[in-house]
Amino acid sequence: MYIAKILTTLRKTILDPQGKAVENSLKSLGYDNITDTRIGKYIELKIDAKSRAEAEKTAEEACKKLLANPVMEDYSFEIIEGGE
Amino acid sequence: MPKAKVGIVVFPGSNCDHDAYYAFKDIIGADTKFLWHKDGAVGDRNIVVLPGGFSYGDYLRCGAISRFSSIMKDVVRFAEKGGIVIGICNGFQILCESGLLPGALLKNENLKFVCKTVSLKVENNKSIFTYKYAIKECIDLPVAHGEGNYFCSEDTLTELIGNNQILFTYEGENPNGSLRNIAGIQNLKRNVMGMMPHPERASDGKLGNTDGLRLLQGIAESVI
Repeated sequence: MYIAKILTTLRKTILDPQGKAVENSLKSLGYDNITDTRIGKYIELKIDAKSRAEAEKTAEEACKKLLANPVMEDYSFEIIEGGE
Repeated sequence: MPKAKVGIVVFPGSNCDHDAYYAFKDIIGADTKFLWHKDGAVGDRNIVVLPGGFSYGDYLRCGAISRFSSIMKDVVRFAEKGGIVIGICNGFQILCESGLLPGALLKNENLKFVCKTVSLKVENNKSIFTYKYAIKECIDLPVAHGEGNYFCSEDTLTELIGNNQILFTYEGENPNGSLRNIAGIQNLKRNVMGMMPHPERASDGKLGNTDGLRLLQGIAESVI
């Protein structure tokens, strides 16, 4: 069993108004050294696969078909062994 | 009476399905039916409407889950054969997610849900959706959305402009920050249209505004 930890974020070229609003809040708390705040989604799922490569393939397909929209989002994931 | 057979798709969370039904059935007088998403087929319908609402609670992304509901396979097949499909608000989001229309709808630039009447300009009146309007005519339609900020790549935008696929733009105030003030587009084959504003909510004179009626009438009468 493998666990996929998937991150999707708005593509770099797209303005992220949520990130901007959060960054303004952080700045008002005095964190002048924080920049480029981006908000994304974290998706975790278990994959029953025989190998890490197979789990990666499944995660990649899931991202491409449903979890991320390539028009507006980038995705990345990490596969770890584990789970029951 | 038009020979239109309108099918209004109902997803869990659709909430403008009855408004669309009322406009097509009671105001225009078209043969209109609801199509439950699980029934999986367009059947004898020759116009398919994807109504507004919050299908599947907007989980993951607006329209992302609906795209894979069983009826959408048949809607895609129907559209590819030239069938007329219109998506209003959430329906527009579903059409973009399913690839029947290019681009995507992002969160409104000001992060607020916008519910008001806006002014639109008719950018192209040589479509089966807009032929009852004058070119550059300004009309008022209600919007009600949190994710209506139309976005696409520069290449796609060039194609949209070059192929006259932009049907409506916001005139004056842009409520969501959309690219080039885009409010509604059609596909390259000109049989699929999506728009954020709600023509079905502006089709009954008793409610004050009928600027959306010509759009729905035009679509119904385009079926011969």
